[in-house]
Amino acid sequence: MSHLLPTTLAFFTPQSGASPNANEINDLYKIVLYVGLVIFVGVEGALAYALYRFRARKGAVAAQIHGNTRLEIGWTAAAAVVVTALAILTVVKLSSIQSPPNSGPTGDTLVGEGNGELYATADRHLPPNGKALKIKVVARQYIWQYVYPGATKADELGAPYSYEEMVVPTETTVSLDIVSEDVVHSWWIPALGGKFQAVPGYHNYTWFKISKPGLYRGQCANICGRGHARMIATVRAVSPTEFDAWLAERKRLIEEANTDAAHEREALNKQTGPGQVENP
Amino acid sequence: MATYAAPVPQVAAHSVEREQRGFMSWLTTTDHKRIGIMYMVLTFVFFLLGGTEALMIRLQLGAPENTLVSPQVYNQLFTMHGTTMIFLFVVPMMAGLGNYFLPLMIGARDMAYPRLNALSFWLLLTGGAVFYASIFWNPPEAGWTSYVPLANAFFSPGGGEDAWIYLIHLTGLSSILGAINFYATTANMRAPGMSWGRLPLFIWALLTYSVLIIVAMPVIAAAVTLLLTDRHFGTHFFDPAQNGSALLWQNMFWFFGHPEVYIMVLPGFGIVSEILPVFARKPIFGYKAIAASTVSIGFLGFLVWVHHMFTTPLPIIVLIFAMLASFFIAVPTGVKIFNWIATLWRGTIEFKTPLLFCVGFLSLFTIGGISGVMLAVIPVDWQLNETYFVIAHIHFVLMGGAVFTIFAGIYYWFPKITGRMLNESLGKLSFWLMFVGFLATFLIQHVIGLDGMPRRVYEYESVGHLTLYNQISTVGSFILALGVLATVINVMRSLKVGAIAGPDPWKANTLEWFTPSPPPVNNFDTIPRIRSVEPMKDIRREVEQRASGVPAPGRATVPAGATQVGV
Repeated sequence: MSHLLPTTLAFFTPQSGASPNANEINDLYKIVLYVGLVIFVGVEGALAYALYRFRARKGAVAAQIHGNTRLEIGWTAAAAVVVTALAILTVVKLSSIQSPPNSGPTGDTLVGEGNGELYATADRHLPPNGKALKIKVVARQYIWQYVYPGATKADELGAPYSYEEMVVPTETTVSLDIVSEDVVHSWWIPALGGKFQAVPGYHNYTWFKISKPGLYRGQCANICGRGHARMIATVRAVSPTEFDAWLAERKRLIEEANTDAAHEREALNKQTGPGQVENP
Repeated sequence: MATYAAPVPQVAAHSVEREQRGFMSWLTTTDHKRIGIMYMVLTFVFFLLGGTEALMIRLQLGAPENTLVSPQVYNQLFTMHGTTMIFLFVVPMMAGLGNYFLPLMIGARDMAYPRLNALSFWLLLTGGAVFYASIFWNPPEAGWTSYVPLANAFFSPGGGEDAWIYLIHLTGLSSILGAINFYATTANMRAPGMSWGRLPLFIWALLTYSVLIIVAMPVIAAAVTLLLTDRHFGTHFFDPAQNGSALLWQNMFWFFGHPEVYIMVLPGFGIVSEILPVFARKPIFGYKAIAASTVSIGFLGFLVWVHHMFTTPLPIIVLIFAMLASFFIAVPTGVKIFNWIATLWRGTIEFKTPLLFCVGFLSLFTIGGISGVMLAVIPVDWQLNETYFVIAHIHFVLMGGAVFTIFAGIYYWFPKITGRMLNESLGKLSFWLMFVGFLATFLIQHVIGLDGMPRRVYEYESVGHLTLYNQISTVGSFILALGVLATVINVMRSLKVGAIAGPDPWKANTLEWFTPSPPPVNNFDTIPRIRSVEPMKDIRREVEQRASGVPAPGRATVPAGATQVGV
């Protein structure tokens, strides 16, 4: 439970430490922050100095200067150099933040997954060995649903799922496919990397790989209606064996419930007299 | 050459008709100055309304899991706040200042199309009135960005969303007509000798503002028309179930939305470029660089809209293009800041209230610019987008960038508009309350965002120090409000008891100070010839030379005997 309610959060940096992409974003953020701080101190310092040094005093005469072409070209070029350097740095770092690594040696074996299944889309980045735990994140007003692999029929029917809390194995690369069933939402667990919009009609992808068991917390980050503030998402990382057991149990419970529901539907269909169901 | 006699100030006949007074004369006026005043008063009322909504938002967030307002009311509050400040305050306030000062600064007697100008104002008033009438029924609650499908008829069935569409259409039309008027006036009605290279920098900013409005506003008009037909006439432009696209809205909205940011801040940049030289007693440093950077910011402003969409499922190459464009827009913006500081450098700086607000702008906008570059880094944006870090950023840019310059403009130009000075002590009090209040409110919001609090949530849990940070922000917002109140009191008071200003109390540089305060209906009896960016400096020098009996070199700027200037 250590990650659920951290008592101290970093003051100057976003959350990180749980997944490689969040860590890399944090590193990049720090570089940008330091560059920004240097510019901040330089500009505000020059401004404060000018205000103090050149305040109107008796006998002071303002210099009637209209400009200085060399100086102006100089600082334009300097600004261009700084932003170009930042641009190069970001483009270089971008691919490793987007592309997940392989699962660790203690990660989940992903039975039934990763047997060469290819995705038509180039947007979904998979690890070099192509193996990842693929979870579909379905956003609805105002709850997150997670559909895990293991469908028994087409259209993901029979696949185990859970609401609000996603359970994942540690040391395993998890690839998320984020979709929405109604309005625009945004998936965000700060400690596990950036946020990605769930836009109806589109697929959005991200990934994370958690090293330590724990609870990671986030919430919907795009206004989605009156319940937006309560659209909480949590990710619970457990050991791969615990995960496999949990997933099997989910699957069993859901199948059991489906069977029960099927029986009840059948009973309803056969019912005559009051309460009879009219089938088209 | 003849020696000149000292000029005898004389009152010229402005008009054979008596100036119209009373309610009907305001209703029917086509005088750019009266329309300008109506713009400024109306938009300031909206500023106070939008500010009240902001204070209610801050009160709600003053405690974790607060139940002061319901989620529905909270969503309505932030939707009204954002929409009001952008569409009913900053953009039309700049139009108001432009209306009043553009003809005066270029030596024109009115706008090119005076009646169209009046129409612009009445469209704005109608849009604002209908929008605010919605508070008696169903105010909109989908945010000022109105993302679909949330804003469609199924998820937002109330009429508030339609009131919002109505507002966008009418204020947009008002802005487009006003922009055409600004452009036409500047292109055709400049004083003799005022070439493009002698145009005041505020006018360069207004020209760029006008072009941005003319290009960007029709796009949002199209977008809200599609939304309107989706909502009421059975179309499916944004409906994914019918092969419409929800992302189309975001693209259209931000294609308008980002230039809109520059529509709001560029005139503010212009105001600063006018005020700094006056109070540093020094010419603007790098006139051409500042004018050129204004225009290039305007152009680059059309290439960066996708940086609002870094978390959407767009191809990465599109995001990278937007990131590069966003980085490069920082260059002309930085150039401006360097030029402004260089304008202060080696000057003799007089710390009057207008200058204080400009300095406040410079220090705050620098922070907003830096956080803007941070947000342009795609992966960093993935963490910070849609959090309080972005809220802090936009307020440093829009409040620090536009609102502080508007206040600088109010303190600078109030003597010209009313003929009376604003009180300096009350002005300085207002500045310091606003400056300190602003920093307390918004600096800490960067940290609130970094700690993971998304924007537009009506409640939060007391995680870490979130409660403390939010309370600092709430207290700050009330200090800020006190600062605004001080200026309201100052304006009310000075209208009656302010010291008489005279035509040119600041010894300023531009042509509006050539007229009496307030200027007569026709502005100028004689329009002086312009020989530099600082015509009033030339005129003062010439009058001094005439007074001391030294012949003026070359052609006289001011026809002898026709001077209105009270040097």
